This record gives sequence, C-alpha cells and structure tokens, in this order.
Amino acid sequence: MTANHLLRTMTEYGVLFQPNLDRRKALGRVWEGVALLAILLGIAVLLTLLVRVFLDGLPYLRPQLFTEFPSRFPDKAGLRSALQGSIWLMVLTALLSFPLGVGAGIYLEEFAPKNALTRFIEINVANLAGVPSIIYGLLGLGLFVRGLGLGRSLLAGVLTMTLVILPVIIVSTREALRAVPASIREAALALGASRWEMVRDHVLVYGIGGILTGMILALSRAIGETAPLITIGALTYIAFDLRGPLDIFTVLPIQIFNWVSMPQAAFQRLAAAGIIVLLVVLLSMNALAIWLRNRLQQRW
Amino acid sequence: MEPTALDIRNLRVYYGDFLAIKDVNLSIPRHQITAIIGPSGVGKSTLLRALNRMNELVPGCRTEGEILFDGMNIYDPRVDPVEVRRRIGMVFQKPNPFPKSIYENIAWGLRINGFRGNRAQMDEVVEQALRAAALWDEVKDKLHQSGLSLSGGQQQRLCLARVIALQPEVILLDEPASALDPIATLKIEELMRELKKDYTIVIVTHNMQQAARVSDYTAMMMLTGEGERSGTVIEFDRTKIIFTNPRDKRTEDYVTGRFG
Repeated sequence: MTANHLLRTMTEYGVLFQPNLDRRKALGRVWEGVALLAILLGIAVLLTLLVRVFLDGLPYLRPQLFTEFPSRFPDKAGLRSALQGSIWLMVLTALLSFPLGVGAGIYLEEFAPKNALTRFIEINVANLAGVPSIIYGLLGLGLFVRGLGLGRSLLAGVLTMTLVILPVIIVSTREALRAVPASIREAALALGASRWEMVRDHVLVYGIGGILTGMILALSRAIGETAPLITIGALTYIAFDLRGPLDIFTVLPIQIFNWVSMPQAAFQRLAAAGIIVLLVVLLSMNALAIWLRNRLQQRW
Repeated sequence: MEPTALDIRNLRVYYGDFLAIKDVNLSIPRHQITAIIGPSGVGKSTLLRALNRMNELVPGCRTEGEILFDGMNIYDPRVDPVEVRRRIGMVFQKPNPFPKSIYENIAWGLRINGFRGNRAQMDEVVEQALRAAALWDEVKDKLHQSGLSLSGGQQQRLCLARVIALQPEVILLDEPASALDPIATLKIEELMRELKKDYTIVIVTHNMQQAARVSDYTAMMMLTGEGERSGTVIEFDRTKIIFTNPRDKRTEDYVTGRFG
C-alpha cells in the first residue's frame, strides 16, 4: 500500500486526525499535580517528624549523652554503652558478613554450575532477604544463645545480625558482578586467563563499588534493627564498658526504645536525642555509600 | 597449498538441541589470512569461536568433531582450554579493552601467563607489542592513561597488541572493523597484512570488499540441511578464485551481491 493510497482511504472514510492537544496537555498537568502532591505529602510528614525530634532532643545533645551510662536520673543518663554496643556490633558484623556474603555472591554468580540446585539456592537466598528480622532473632535465640551456649552476648548478636544481612549482601554482590559486561569476561578468558584470574583481576575490581555500596546499605539496616536483638536478650540495663565479644550488650535503637517507654517527659527528650544520634550515623553511612558508588563505579 | 595451522574435521556445534554448524571440514593454512564470509546467522562467529574453545563459555553449547592444532586435538579432554586460548588469541567485534591503563592492558595477559621478566623487560615487551599493532607512536606518552580513553580504532589495535604480546600462533578476528570508521578499518587491514608474516590469521567479516582486499583464502558459509537451519562451509579456496571463479552457484550469487 502506497502512502498516497493510504491518504485517499483515510479521506474517503473521513478518518481525520483530531489532535485534541489542549485536552491531552491538560490531562498531563493533572497527573503532574497528583504526583507533586504525593511527594509533598511525604516530605511534609518527614519534616514534621524531624522538626519535632530536633526540638525535643537538641537540649540533651550534649557531651554527657555520649560519656554517661544509662541512669534512673535523666540528667545523668547517656547512651555510652548503647553506642559502644552499636559500633562493636556493626564492626564485627561487617568483618563476618563481608567475606561470607561476598564469597557466596561470587560463587553463585561466577562459579556455580547452572543447575536446579543452584537455582534452588538462589531463590531461597532472594526470599531470605525478605524474611521478617524477628524470625532471625528466634533462630539466633535457639541456635546461638541456647544451642551454642553463647548466652546474651555480643557475639550471639553479631552472629544473628550477620544472618539478617547476609542475603542482602549476597544479592547486591551478585548484582554488582552482573553489571560487568560479558565482553570484558571474554577478553580476559581469551587471553588465557583462568576463571579465578578473570574474577580476581577484573570482575571483582570493576564491581567493587557496587559491592561496597550494598555492604554499607546492609550495615545501615543492621544498625537500625531492634527486633532480632530484643529476641536474643539485648534489652538490658548496662552500666559498664563493653569488655569483649562474650559480654552482654545493648544497642542504640534498644536504648531509645527503653527511654521512650519511661513515664518521665525528660526521658522522652533523651530518646529524641538518641534518635538524632542514630539518624546521623545512618545518614553518614548512606552518604558514604553514595560517595563510594560515585567514586568506584565503573561506567561502560 | 601452504602447511596447515588448524585442521578442522567434522566439526559440529550445538546450542542445546539446535545444530548451529555442521560437518565443517577445513584446513586453515599457516601464515596466511583466511576469511570466513557468508550471510548473517550462518554461524561464522560460532565457527571462529570453536577454534579457541570460546564457545564453551555459552551455557548449553556442545562441540563435536576435532580441531587439530600442532598435531593435537584441542577438544581432547586432556587439553586445557586456558592453554589453547593463549596460543590461539582472539580480537572481538566490539573493542573491549580493560578499564585499566594502556600499559596494564598488555601487561596483565603476560603476568597471568607467567611472564618472568623484570620491570625493564616488561616495558620492552609492552612497547614491542604496541609497535607491532602500529599503536606505539600514538600512545607512547600516555601509557598510564585508561585504555578506554582511546578512540575506537585505537582501542581495537590495543586489543590486538594485547593478543600479540602473548606470542600466539593463531589470531582470530571476529569482524574486528565493523565498529570502526573507514580510516581505522584501513589501518587494521594494513596491520593484518603485516602480521601474517608471523601469525596465522582467521577473520570473520560481513564486508565482502574487506575479504577480497586482505585475505589469501576464503571460506564461504551457507545454511544447509533440513529446513536450512544449520550453517556449513560450502566452498573454500584461494580468495581470488572465490571472488572470480567460484565453483558453487550460491557462492557466486553471494559474492556478486545477488543475495545476502
């Protein structure tokens, strides 16, 4: 059918275009407005929350907050032990989960035979990333606290938290590795590299930005987690410095939870100060993740 | 006819149940340029990638038959594909330098293959490889810049230099100039003529003029068999004969541009 023929047919049938531009553009503006409203609503709620927290907490954001242990008297109370607990929990969880998670991700993505067993493992890892964290808490209680006899120790908390974030690290590692193009892998192998040499010197190097980003985001999830740690018994009053991984411990979100549940108004304000500390830690970790991603990410 | 570098016998390559190329018998002459031509989807790249066992990186790919290289079947279970690939190098369709320095692009292959020279010797080999790829003069002052900072044509010559540095016996080129402009293409072609003194070259090309210009021998592939789904080599001869006086009517039709 020629263009001429088409034109004749359309004219014959009176099928003329009706651009209706005004109506189409108006409709576009309506949806633009709806989308804008959605984001404004979200921002408004968030801002209210932040402003409230800052107004309540700022007076208590003073050196004692970091140097004092929890106390019955709000003016003497601080989150020293909780901050120590959180930092140690994070560092040890990172040390444990990085090699395990990245190693598992590398194996699944680069070495595992593509068979039913691998697929089964992959599906389960992906599903585990969505399991509510309290389930991990129960597992940790049964396996680490009671089974291995670690008690309510920091180590039990680290092991439990490692379980919580492992699936996230594995999944994000695999995604980072998958982003390295096949052409680079082929280039390496065609030069007579073994699979491991290709992974070590290329895939891993170019994917490290994504891996580290995923790692930090997983850790920032870990630092905010409360449920699994309450389950394994970290809901305790601790008025001494952490002496080692087998010591009992508590963490920031639990300390905040503790203060919030106190009747005195002063403790509510202390909790708000704790929230500010937690937020600052979280936001700086996310900022670090973004910075790392921009710096190390390989563009193709 | 020259001595044979690669002797392909009854080669069949499957992707799953699909027979991609079948019953290819071909003797690739030593220190000559052999072009593989034919319409799209006929299995030219599959045939080329069978020559250094790159196909087996594709899940579900299976190869039958033999390819004799230096008296040894490269598909023999005792043969390690990693060793095959060092001795039979490959340059790909799209330039794929590593996002590392120009120097490191070449040094890496040497290092993983157990190069035992000191720093000065490494520098020397890198320079010679770049000279052999006609790239030295353009990059000698920026060896530590990223390979990705080069133009497409330069990148492709870097990939070639990377292969040459490993002293392979055969170099496989998979449409090496299809992503390049005519001037860069010309450079690659000149380079090939230079390199055939020391290396056996096999090139897949869509560009008939290119095959006619650079190659000594040409293998013509077509789809054959049931439903015309599997590719095979229907004619192999000196390039001059393929382009002027082919035996097969289909070859004649293809090289004269009547189809394909």
